[in-house]
Amino acid sequence: MSRIEYSKKVMEHFTNPRNVGTVDDADGIGTVGNPVCGDMMEISLKVEDGRIEDIKFRTFGCASAIATTSMLTEIIKGKTIEEAENISWDDVVKSLDGLPPVKVHCSHLAIDGLRKALYEYYRKRQIYRPDLIPKDEESHHESSPECE
Amino acid sequence: MGVLIIDTIEKGVVHLRSVYLDSNSGMPMWPEVISSMLPYMSEHYGNTSSIHAMGNEPKKAMEMARSHVAELIGADPTEVIFTSGATEAVNLALRGSTETASEGKKGIIYSQADHRTVTATAEDLSRKGVRTAMMPLDHLGAIKLKEAVSIMDQGGFHLLSMPFASQEVGTFQPVEDLVKEAAEREVLVHLDLTRSAFQVPIDVKKQGIDLATISSNDLLGPKGVGALYIKKGVRLKPILTGGGHERALRSGSENIPGIYGMGKAASIVKKRMGDYVPQMERVRDALIDGLLRIENTHLNGNMKMRLPNNANVRFDFIEGESILLMLDLNGIQAASGSACSSKTLEPSPTLMAMGLKHEEAHGSIQMTLNPNTTIDDIQYVLEVVPGIVENLREMSPLYNRIGD
Ligand code: FES
Repeated sequence: MSRIEYSKKVMEHFTNPRNVGTVDDADGIGTVGNPVCGDMMEISLKVEDGRIEDIKFRTFGCASAIATTSMLTEIIKGKTIEEAENISWDDVVKSLDGLPPVKVHCSHLAIDGLRKALYEYYRKRQIYRPDLIPKDEESHHESSPECE
Repeated sequence: MGVLIIDTIEKGVVHLRSVYLDSNSGMPMWPEVISSMLPYMSEHYGNTSSIHAMGNEPKKAMEMARSHVAELIGADPTEVIFTSGATEAVNLALRGSTETASEGKKGIIYSQADHRTVTATAEDLSRKGVRTAMMPLDHLGAIKLKEAVSIMDQGGFHLLSMPFASQEVGTFQPVEDLVKEAAEREVLVHLDLTRSAFQVPIDVKKQGIDLATISSNDLLGPKGVGALYIKKGVRLKPILTGGGHERALRSGSENIPGIYGMGKAASIVKKRMGDYVPQMERVRDALIDGLLRIENTHLNGNMKMRLPNNANVRFDFIEGESILLMLDLNGIQAASGSACSSKTLEPSPTLMAMGLKHEEAHGSIQMTLNPNTTIDDIQYVLEVVPGIVENLREMSPLYNRIGD
């Protein structure tokens, strides 16, 4: 393999990931990606008084995918739902001191997972938020025909 | 494990141990080879083409190396030419034979068991209008004989290229059968001996091979040198033009230190293979046995019919790049068939051709040994790997699903 150069932050989150697992009694769980395409992420969260009280992740994918989801959960924890909705993949990549260009797509998936979990949360409250459904879920790893 | 890793990152502490299991990517050199090359970088710097005295020593050195390489593979020295490596040898074999093949018979048969050098060259020739066809692989990584024969029967092919053993999973190819079928149909055979030459004896004459590629680094010789065996009577058109070295097949002043080193490495391999290969195989078997003891772990390729230095296993529910990085942090270097660790984000073509699913290729790790790998090395690897696999599985959404 050609050695991929990850930032210290990425390596630190990869080797010591935060918030691994599934939240008990989750208010929303978002699963995105597809093992056939290589990567899969699950984000689960618990909301109290409009704030994300707890958030956990599980990821099947590369170091970048793992570090991104770990960092995302750290950023989101304690934020209001509105704040969480406005987090972009760029924010996560910046907090990780950047990602190698070929690995940026892994961070998109993490945000998709979060938004899908929030969509679930709203849906349980009879609020329909189609804008939170990732539009281009299938564009991840678009180079593989089976992922289309 | 965790402690060691964090230490490494924060303080830049060096590992207690380093175990190199990526010999397919690069081999250490025999120490004697290194010292044998030195005079050809100092006093004997002449050019073999010169008439004067300074050309003599290099010329002698080159011919000595040629006989050593020829002896290793059962060829006549006049049938061996030196190149800048296996890549050039493969290019010369495929392109050079295409040029001399008669019209209507310019075609190459190959497979996904081949190294990227062969597949990329065949693809390029195909874009230029040369006929190409791929032989399918069975689930253990061997070329399917019947299908290969029916491709040959379509006619219009001058060459069949195959590796002695698959590069990635180490599965031996049905060389004898394919050579026989090819000969009956007047199709030349190019045999890629990369990876196998240092660990499996071969006699190209007896086996009826027409062209064979050998890499120097694979013999634990210097990088940047290789050789092509060209059976007497097989005609190739050179791909380089110039001063007409190597019987006009490979122009360019010869890399004498490298060539001499390759010859020396070939002679060492010939002499010691009988000792180090059984030993290496035992160490490799211990590695495979130990890894397969981890649950939901499978061997890729054939258990018995595989290169003695090759172990290729897949761990369910986890991804190769993560595994590689974790191994690396623990001082173990390996390779993976995962899409995430390849530049193109495509999984290994060999594994896919064997019928593995995308996610199976994902969790595949290739570990390749060399004569220096010890049982101690493997014990260390077997201490470390189960923890890595477990940690990553704990993070994987696929694992719990099955566990639930
Ligand atoms: S998960 Fe496949 S490249 Fe990151």
